[in-house]
Amino acid sequence: MNSAVSIEMVMLMAGLLFILGIAGVLIRKNIIFMLLSVEIMLNAAALAFVAAGSHWGEPDGQVMFIFILAMAAAEVSVGLALILQIYHQHQSLDIDKLKEMRG
Amino acid sequence: MEAIFYITALVTILSTVMVITRSHAVHALLYLVVSFLGLSVIFFLLGAAFAALLEVIIYAGAIMVLFIFVIMLLNLGKDTEKREQDWLKPRVWVGPAILTVILFAEIFYLITVVSQPAFNLQTVDPKTVAISLFRPYLIGVELAAMLLMAGVVGAAHIGQHKKTVLHRFLKEEEEVV
Repeated sequence: MNSAVSIEMVMLMAGLLFILGIAGVLIRKNIIFMLLSVEIMLNAAALAFVAAGSHWGEPDGQVMFIFILAMAAAEVSVGLALILQIYHQHQSLDIDKLKEMRG
Repeated sequence: MEAIFYITALVTILSTVMVITRSHAVHALLYLVVSFLGLSVIFFLLGAAFAALLEVIIYAGAIMVLFIFVIMLLNLGKDTEKREQDWLKPRVWVGPAILTVILFAEIFYLITVVSQPAFNLQTVDPKTVAISLFRPYLIGVELAAMLLMAGVVGAAHIGQHKKTVLHRFLKEEEEVV
Protein backbone atom coordinates (compact mmCIF):
# COMPACT_ATOMS: atom_id res chain seq x y z
CA MET A 1 0.00 0.00 0.00
CA ASN A 2 1.74 3.12 -1.18
CA SER A 3 -0.71 5.70 0.13
CA ALA A 4 0.21 5.26 3.78
CA VAL A 5 1.63 8.04 5.88
CA SER A 6 5.38 7.73 6.23
CA ILE A 7 7.03 7.70 9.62
CA GLU A 8 8.88 10.89 8.77
CA MET A 9 5.63 12.82 8.93
CA VAL A 10 5.05 11.67 12.49
CA MET A 11 8.60 12.62 13.42
CA LEU A 12 8.04 16.01 11.77
CA MET A 13 4.92 16.50 13.85
CA ALA A 14 6.80 15.54 17.02
CA GLY A 15 9.49 18.07 16.17
CA LEU A 16 6.87 20.72 15.53
CA LEU A 17 5.23 20.05 18.88
CA PHE A 18 8.62 20.21 20.59
CA ILE A 19 9.36 23.56 18.94
CA LEU A 20 5.98 24.86 20.08
CA GLY A 21 6.82 23.78 23.61
CA ILE A 22 10.19 25.54 23.49
CA ALA A 23 8.50 28.66 22.14
CA GLY A 24 6.00 28.51 24.99
CA VAL A 25 8.78 28.29 27.57
CA LEU A 26 10.62 31.19 25.97
CA ILE A 27 7.80 33.65 25.32
CA ARG A 28 5.59 33.25 28.39
CA LYS A 29 6.19 35.05 31.66
CA ASN A 30 3.81 33.01 33.79
CA ILE A 31 5.20 29.97 35.58
CA ILE A 32 2.05 27.93 35.00
CA PHE A 33 2.31 28.42 31.25
CA MET A 34 5.96 27.45 31.34
CA LEU A 35 5.03 24.22 33.12
CA LEU A 36 2.33 23.58 30.50
CA SER A 37 4.91 24.08 27.75
CA VAL A 38 7.22 21.58 29.45
CA GLU A 39 4.32 19.13 29.34
CA ILE A 40 3.94 19.78 25.62
CA MET A 41 7.63 19.04 25.09
CA LEU A 42 7.37 15.80 27.07
CA ASN A 43 4.41 14.83 24.91
CA ALA A 44 6.39 15.47 21.75
CA ALA A 45 9.20 13.24 23.01
CA ALA A 46 6.68 10.54 23.91
CA LEU A 47 5.17 10.75 20.43
CA ALA A 48 8.60 10.32 18.86
CA PHE A 49 9.28 7.28 21.07
CA VAL A 50 5.96 5.61 20.26
CA ALA A 51 6.30 6.30 16.54
CA ALA A 52 9.81 4.89 16.44
CA GLY A 53 8.76 1.88 18.49
CA SER A 54 5.92 0.99 16.17
CA HIS A 55 8.08 1.69 13.13
CA TRP A 56 10.54 -1.00 14.20
CA GLY A 57 7.85 -3.24 15.66
CA GLU A 58 9.54 -3.23 19.05
CA PRO A 59 7.83 -2.63 22.41
CA ASP A 60 10.62 -0.38 23.70
CA GLY A 61 8.94 2.76 22.43
CA GLN A 62 5.84 2.20 24.51
CA VAL A 63 7.97 1.21 27.49
CA MET A 64 9.72 4.57 27.24
CA PHE A 65 6.30 6.22 26.89
CA ILE A 66 5.25 4.70 30.21
CA PHE A 67 8.46 5.94 31.84
CA ILE A 68 7.87 9.43 30.45
CA LEU A 69 4.35 9.31 31.84
CA ALA A 70 5.58 8.43 35.33
CA MET A 71 8.23 11.13 35.18
CA ALA A 72 5.70 13.72 34.01
CA ALA A 73 3.35 12.85 36.86
CA ALA A 74 6.11 13.23 39.47
CA GLU A 75 7.36 16.44 37.86
CA VAL A 76 3.90 18.01 37.73
CA SER A 77 3.12 17.21 41.35
CA VAL A 78 6.37 18.70 42.64
CA GLY A 79 6.17 21.65 40.23
CA LEU A 80 2.65 22.55 41.20
CA ALA A 81 3.51 22.33 44.89
CA LEU A 82 6.39 24.73 44.21
CA ILE A 83 4.05 27.07 42.32
CA LEU A 84 1.62 27.14 45.22
CA GLN A 85 4.46 27.90 47.60
CA ILE A 86 5.82 30.67 45.36
CA TYR A 87 2.40 32.22 45.04
CA HIS A 88 1.86 32.20 48.78
CA GLN A 89 5.23 33.82 49.39
CA HIS A 90 5.33 36.40 46.61
CA GLN A 91 1.65 36.83 45.60
CA SER A 92 2.77 36.66 41.98
CA LEU A 93 3.62 34.14 39.30
CA ASP A 94 5.50 36.53 37.01
CA ILE A 95 9.07 35.34 36.54
CA ASP A 96 10.33 38.89 36.19
CA LYS A 97 9.16 39.62 39.71
CA LEU A 98 10.55 36.36 41.03
CA LYS A 99 13.97 36.47 39.43
CA GLU A 100 15.86 38.07 42.26
CA MET A 101 15.30 35.20 44.71
CA ARG A 102 15.32 37.31 47.82
CA GLY A 103 14.08 34.34 49.78
CA MET B 1 -7.03 6.81 5.62
CA GLU B 2 -4.03 9.06 5.66
CA ALA B 3 -6.38 12.04 5.66
CA ILE B 4 -7.31 11.03 9.22
CA PHE B 5 -3.70 11.41 10.28
CA TYR B 6 -3.30 14.81 8.69
CA ILE B 7 -6.56 16.13 10.16
CA THR B 8 -5.54 14.89 13.60
CA ALA B 9 -2.08 16.40 13.30
CA LEU B 10 -3.62 19.70 12.24
CA VAL B 11 -6.04 19.67 15.18
CA THR B 12 -3.24 18.81 17.62
CA ILE B 13 -0.84 21.47 16.40
CA LEU B 14 -3.59 24.09 16.20
CA SER B 15 -4.67 23.43 19.76
CA THR B 16 -1.04 23.47 20.94
CA VAL B 17 -0.55 26.87 19.32
CA MET B 18 -3.69 28.03 21.10
CA VAL B 19 -2.25 26.72 24.40
CA ILE B 20 0.86 28.86 24.24
CA THR B 21 -0.97 31.98 23.08
CA ARG B 22 -3.90 32.15 25.52
CA SER B 23 -3.85 34.70 28.30
CA HIS B 24 -6.07 32.83 30.75
CA ALA B 25 -4.69 29.63 32.21
CA VAL B 26 -8.06 27.88 32.13
CA HIS B 27 -8.50 28.57 28.41
CA ALA B 28 -5.03 27.18 27.79
CA LEU B 29 -5.92 24.09 29.80
CA LEU B 30 -9.03 23.50 27.69
CA TYR B 31 -6.91 23.56 24.54
CA LEU B 32 -4.24 21.42 26.17
CA VAL B 33 -6.83 18.71 26.83
CA VAL B 34 -7.74 18.81 23.13
CA SER B 35 -4.05 18.52 22.28
CA PHE B 36 -3.71 15.43 24.47
CA LEU B 37 -6.81 13.87 22.91
CA GLY B 38 -5.44 14.48 19.42
CA LEU B 39 -2.14 12.94 20.41
CA SER B 40 -3.96 9.89 21.73
CA VAL B 41 -5.77 9.52 18.40
CA ILE B 42 -2.36 9.56 16.72
CA PHE B 43 -1.13 6.86 19.10
CA PHE B 44 -4.21 4.85 18.16
CA LEU B 45 -3.38 5.30 14.49
CA LEU B 46 0.18 4.14 15.16
CA GLY B 47 -1.15 0.90 16.56
CA ALA B 48 -0.35 1.73 20.19
CA ALA B 49 -3.85 1.53 21.64
CA PHE B 50 -2.55 1.02 25.17
CA ALA B 51 -0.47 4.19 24.97
CA ALA B 52 -3.52 6.04 23.65
CA LEU B 53 -5.52 4.84 26.64
CA LEU B 54 -2.81 5.90 29.09
CA GLU B 55 -2.59 9.28 27.39
CA VAL B 56 -6.29 9.93 27.89
CA ILE B 57 -6.49 8.57 31.42
CA ILE B 58 -3.30 9.95 32.95
CA TYR B 59 -2.47 13.05 30.93
CA ALA B 60 -5.89 14.37 30.01
CA GLY B 61 -7.39 13.02 33.23
CA ALA B 62 -5.09 13.11 36.22
CA ILE B 63 -2.46 15.70 35.31
CA MET B 64 -5.01 18.16 33.95
CA VAL B 65 -7.08 17.77 37.13
CA LEU B 66 -3.95 18.68 39.11
CA PHE B 67 -3.44 21.80 37.01
CA ILE B 68 -7.07 22.87 37.28
CA PHE B 69 -7.02 22.27 41.02
CA VAL B 70 -3.96 24.46 41.50
CA ILE B 71 -5.35 27.23 39.29
CA MET B 72 -8.57 27.20 41.29
CA LEU B 73 -6.52 27.39 44.51
CA LEU B 74 -4.62 30.39 43.16
CA ASN B 75 -7.77 32.35 42.29
CA LEU B 76 -9.31 32.64 45.74
CA GLY B 77 -10.31 36.26 45.38
CA LYS B 78 -13.51 38.20 45.78
CA ASP B 79 -14.07 38.44 42.06
CA THR B 80 -13.82 34.69 41.54
CA GLU B 81 -17.50 34.36 40.84
CA LYS B 82 -17.54 37.05 38.17
CA ARG B 83 -14.44 35.55 36.59
CA GLU B 84 -16.10 32.16 36.62
CA GLN B 85 -19.02 33.61 34.71
CA ASP B 86 -16.62 35.17 32.23
CA TRP B 87 -14.96 31.83 31.69
CA LEU B 88 -18.27 30.13 30.94
CA LYS B 89 -19.04 32.33 27.95
CA PRO B 90 -19.61 30.29 24.77
CA ARG B 91 -16.75 31.82 22.85
CA VAL B 92 -14.39 30.33 25.41
CA TRP B 93 -15.41 26.74 25.04
CA VAL B 94 -16.70 26.63 21.48
CA GLY B 95 -13.22 26.34 19.98
CA PRO B 96 -12.10 23.32 22.02
CA ALA B 97 -15.54 21.78 21.57
CA ILE B 98 -15.31 21.97 17.77
CA LEU B 99 -11.83 20.44 17.77
CA THR B 100 -12.99 17.68 20.11
CA VAL B 101 -15.99 16.92 17.90
CA ILE B 102 -13.61 16.56 14.94
CA LEU B 103 -11.49 14.10 16.92
CA PHE B 104 -14.57 12.18 18.03
CA ALA B 105 -15.83 11.91 14.45
CA GLU B 106 -12.44 10.53 13.45
CA ILE B 107 -12.34 7.92 16.16
CA PHE B 108 -15.96 6.96 15.40
CA TYR B 109 -15.01 6.51 11.76
CA LEU B 110 -11.94 4.48 12.71
CA ILE B 111 -13.88 2.14 14.96
CA THR B 112 -16.99 1.61 12.83
CA VAL B 113 -15.60 1.74 9.28
CA VAL B 114 -12.73 -0.72 9.47
CA SER B 115 -10.41 -0.27 6.54
CA GLN B 116 -6.72 -0.41 5.84
CA PRO B 117 -4.38 1.04 8.47
CA ALA B 118 -2.81 4.44 8.02
CA PHE B 119 0.72 3.18 8.51
CA ASN B 120 2.62 0.23 7.12
CA LEU B 121 3.39 -1.08 10.57
CA GLN B 122 2.73 -4.13 12.64
CA THR B 123 0.97 -3.24 15.86
CA VAL B 124 2.69 -3.80 19.18
CA ASP B 125 0.14 -5.30 21.54
CA PRO B 126 0.12 -4.54 25.29
CA LYS B 127 1.22 -8.09 26.14
CA THR B 128 4.57 -7.58 24.42
CA VAL B 129 4.93 -4.22 26.13
CA ALA B 130 4.24 -5.75 29.52
CA ILE B 131 6.71 -8.60 28.97
CA SER B 132 9.36 -6.13 27.87
CA LEU B 133 8.52 -3.85 30.78
CA PHE B 134 8.86 -6.48 33.47
CA ARG B 135 11.80 -8.46 32.10
CA PRO B 136 14.56 -6.32 30.52
CA TYR B 137 13.29 -3.01 31.91
CA LEU B 138 12.59 -4.18 35.46
CA ILE B 139 15.23 -1.94 36.95
CA GLY B 140 13.66 0.98 35.10
CA VAL B 141 10.28 0.17 36.61
CA GLU B 142 11.79 0.14 40.08
CA LEU B 143 13.54 3.44 39.44
CA ALA B 144 10.25 4.92 38.22
CA ALA B 145 8.57 3.67 41.38
CA MET B 146 11.25 5.37 43.47
CA LEU B 147 10.80 8.55 41.42
CA LEU B 148 7.05 8.53 42.03
CA MET B 149 7.64 7.94 45.74
CA ALA B 150 10.06 10.86 45.84
CA GLY B 151 7.53 12.96 43.97
CA VAL B 152 4.77 12.20 46.45
CA VAL B 153 6.99 12.86 49.47
CA GLY B 154 8.44 16.01 47.89
CA ALA B 155 5.04 17.41 46.98
CA ALA B 156 3.71 16.68 50.45
CA HIS B 157 6.76 18.32 52.02
CA ILE B 158 6.81 21.39 49.79
CA GLY B 159 3.08 21.89 49.90
CA GLN B 160 2.68 21.95 53.67
CA HIS B 161 2.24 25.69 54.05
CA LYS B 162 -1.29 25.49 55.39
CA LYS B 163 -0.18 24.72 58.92
CA THR B 164 2.21 27.65 59.20
CA VAL B 165 -0.23 30.09 57.60
CA LEU B 166 -2.96 28.99 59.96
CA HIS B 167 -0.57 29.33 62.86
CA ARG B 168 0.48 32.83 61.94
CA PHE B 169 -3.12 33.82 61.37
CA LEU B 170 -4.15 32.52 64.76
CA LYS B 171 -1.24 34.29 66.38
CA GLU B 172 -2.20 37.57 64.69
CA GLU B 173 -5.74 37.12 65.83
CA GLU B 174 -4.59 36.59 69.38
CA GLU B 175 -2.46 39.71 69.19
CA VAL B 176 -5.39 41.70 67.86
CA VAL B 177 -7.63 40.43 70.62
